[in-house]
Amino acid sequence: MTTALAATEIVSQLSAQFPGAVEEAGTDAVLVKGEHLPAVVEYLKTAAGLKFDYLNFITAVDYYSYFEVVYRLTSLEFNRYIVLKTRCYTRNKPSVLTLTGIYQGADWQEREIYDLMGISFKGHKNLKRIFLWEGFDGHPLRKDWNR
Amino acid sequence: MEIDENKDYIYDAHELDVHEGQIIEKLKANSQKSIPDPDGWLDEDIKRNIVLTSLDWVIDWARRSSLWPVACFPACCAIEMMAVEGPRFDLSRFGMEILRASPRQADLMITAGTLTWKMAPNVQRIYNQMPDPKWVIAMGTCGISGGIFRSGYNVVPGYNKIIPVDVYIPGCPPRPEAVIYGIQMLQKKIAKSKAVPDLNELPNPLKKGKK
Ligand code: SF4
Repeated sequence: MTTALAATEIVSQLSAQFPGAVEEAGTDAVLVKGEHLPAVVEYLKTAAGLKFDYLNFITAVDYYSYFEVVYRLTSLEFNRYIVLKTRCYTRNKPSVLTLTGIYQGADWQEREIYDLMGISFKGHKNLKRIFLWEGFDGHPLRKDWNR
Repeated sequence: MEIDENKDYIYDAHELDVHEGQIIEKLKANSQKSIPDPDGWLDEDIKRNIVLTSLDWVIDWARRSSLWPVACFPACCAIEMMAVEGPRFDLSRFGMEILRASPRQADLMITAGTLTWKMAPNVQRIYNQMPDPKWVIAMGTCGISGGIFRSGYNVVPGYNKIIPVDVYIPGCPPRPEAVIYGIQMLQKKIAKSKAVPDLNELPNPLKKGKK
């Protein structure tokens, strides 16, 4: 079974590599600052001994006061996974940097989050709605969305 | 040649020849009249094969006996539709097992599944591409009214919002028996339909001045 890489295990390594990037480190997830996210993920993907080369999923959660985007990465080589999170504290046009340059599989999932949550991904080459149609009013998975 | 029990020797050539001669004589004696040509059956077969009926009945019979459904299975009801097609419930007993991948070869649409507004234009287009006459069966509560997703922001609340529906089969999903029953209901409906227009309503070139 794939085992979780305890966040505490990796957090010192990340802090050393990217000072100020880690906002918070829980037992099961690392909260990364938005502007550092692509660099951190790139590092996790390529660094020897880590090699998180597979993106399981991206999803997003609406906590009213902020949005959280959740990433789960797996290392097929070491059979371990890690969960990264990042937050946007605005409800008006929240945005995160895209991961499409690192994982191609991020493409449609980022579009889905954009479609349903209204979080835009800076740098995404084709950021348009995927499930709903162009012209749909609002982003229905937001907690404050009402038709 | 019958075997004579009392004889304890093998028949010789002469005896066999005599027997052959007897057979020939007998056949010749029985064959003095020529046998009539065997054409009596013709008359009888015509009697057996010509049925008088109405054109309406024949056309409706042909239409309802070979309904070919087009593949339109957007959601989970499709699984039940597969069961209906499979050997256990065996839709082919009713002459409609050939699921067409092309709407141009189909005359029945079984809408097995939830329809989203994003998909709706495509389903409508498939329906429009089917040649007349065509029928639609709304399968499952999603097909009838949107089902449990009815209040969803992206679900079409019933196929009859975009295409005309002939038969509704309730259930989530309906049992295969229900689907077969629904198809039989449709067959009954087709049997009642009028395929041939009234002759009086057709334009008559022989009558001048009138229609
Ligand atoms: S009626 Fe039920 S089984 Fe059929 S598509 Fe809807 S939810 Fe699925």
